[in-house]
Amino acid sequence: MIDEIRVLSPTAILGYGFPLASFEAGLDRNPHVIAVDAGSTDPGPYYLGSGHSFTDRTAVKRDLEAMLVAGRRLNIPVIIGTAGGSGANSHLDWCLEIVRELATEHGLSFKLAVIEAEIPKRELLRRFERGEIKPLPPGGELSREDLEQSTAVVGQMGMEPFIKALEAGAEVILAGRSYDPAVFAAYPVLRGFDRALALHMGKILECASIAATPGSGSDCMMGYLGRDHFRLEPLNPMRKCTVTSVAAHTLYEKTNPYLLPGPGGTLDLRETTFEQVEERVVKVAGSKFIPAEPYTIKLEGARLAGYRTVSIAGARDPVFIAKVDEIIQGVRERVADNFRALEGKYRLIFRLYGRDGVMGDLEPLLEPASHELGIIIEAVAETQEEANTVCSFARSTMLHYGYPGRMATAGNLAFPYSPSDFKAGEVYRFAVHHLLEVKNPVELFPMRFEDIPGVRGENR
Amino acid sequence: MKRALLPELAEVIRSKNAGPYELTFDIIFKTREIFEQVAARKLITPELIAKLYKIPPERVISVVEFAPAKAIKATIVRPLACGDVGDSDVYGAQQHAPLLGLEVEWE
Repeated sequence: MIDEIRVLSPTAILGYGFPLASFEAGLDRNPHVIAVDAGSTDPGPYYLGSGHSFTDRTAVKRDLEAMLVAGRRLNIPVIIGTAGGSGANSHLDWCLEIVRELATEHGLSFKLAVIEAEIPKRELLRRFERGEIKPLPPGGELSREDLEQSTAVVGQMGMEPFIKALEAGAEVILAGRSYDPAVFAAYPVLRGFDRALALHMGKILECASIAATPGSGSDCMMGYLGRDHFRLEPLNPMRKCTVTSVAAHTLYEKTNPYLLPGPGGTLDLRETTFEQVEERVVKVAGSKFIPAEPYTIKLEGARLAGYRTVSIAGARDPVFIAKVDEIIQGVRERVADNFRALEGKYRLIFRLYGRDGVMGDLEPLLEPASHELGIIIEAVAETQEEANTVCSFARSTMLHYGYPGRMATAGNLAFPYSPSDFKAGEVYRFAVHHLLEVKNPVELFPMRFEDIPGVRGENR
Repeated sequence: MKRALLPELAEVIRSKNAGPYELTFDIIFKTREIFEQVAARKLITPELIAKLYKIPPERVISVVEFAPAKAIKATIVRPLACGDVGDSDVYGAQQHAPLLGLEVEWE
């Protein structure tokens, strides 16, 4: 029986890159598996809603190239979760095409498992009607309309579909939306290692070297999972793991650092210990897992909220800056008066950088200190044309708006660009962020296998 | 009693999304002693966070001490969901600044 599993995490998000020297140092330590998390909801609802990746294709291909070639050379599994950044089928297909290209370019042959995470609407509506979709506070109850109108709804798979794929002999696994730690935990759990420790190690490895100091999401980290502990080692000699850097990472992007809910239960860190065992290596032990009944899957979906046009400008006139609130009010009234047919069908937003552009209502400083203001005029409407109209009219009105005490009668705004207005296209919003109760952790995640033949030449 | 600015006591003060509907603040203190004193004297409370961000107390989800990282974590409901029309900080990474100006009673 083996007593250690080594998991190599090259980068925090596929496409964020990593130094090849760090990656090679990882390969020298004979990893059992290379895994990467390719996604996040942090970049906002656009990417899930639109089906586009928030990572760049060339950058993703560069990272995958090193991983796939190394995986075949060492004959170890390569596991990719949340393909394409959001993990719906369009994202999965986008990433699959890159995998195929690389296989052809490098003559790589392997058994590929592709696991989908997009759940058909029909299926979700059926479960919605049965009351199996629950709110996830502070979010509210799911509405049928939000479910129907979301472009794609994905479920965050746990480690079980990955384990199933590995048991079937998959050498490369490409999966849709996944719980971030699952790609790192699946292989060790399949080999009989402790689920809680594997998940906790995965929680840290999913951000690669962010848990080191100095931290980086673009550098490699190795996890060594033993029977009753795990150790973490950053693979770039300029970084080290410290008790504080590793423990602090547990705080990152979480509400409660002691209890971390996920698919099938909660990771309980109340008795976890962190220990500096070498200058650059931290040992972690004592993490527990509390299984939940029923098993829940987190659902994510985004729906179209309109179309956006923005205009970017600046102001340097102190009289204008002092009166900007009443000027904005005047511009709003002019827009409303001029386009009465659009009443209630658009949002017009003025962002004032140098005042409260960053924090909005949360900004505690009421007196702006800046001698200039950055201004973004933003219109969101039901069509791109309407957004263009509102933004354009608000921009020209603000440029020439006559206010009491005005000395600069030629124009109020400095535009850095011509054209001054930018069509930003579709705007999405998160509409589904709920829990679905399931009987079987793999039932919603269809899996298919493909033998990639490894023939160099044209892409088929 | 003298007063200290939070940056004099902490080595990390940051904000970030915790999912699309929550904003979470981490204060990692310079030493274990400082952390223990701040925690023992309850210097960071939900009421303080509510006041600092001008939000009703019920919008503060939690304030948690995390001894392994000598840290205190506060989480609030996001004013708008991540990326909603009108949101000003999609990643939530620049909402920490009021904490940098926070003064607490200190020996």
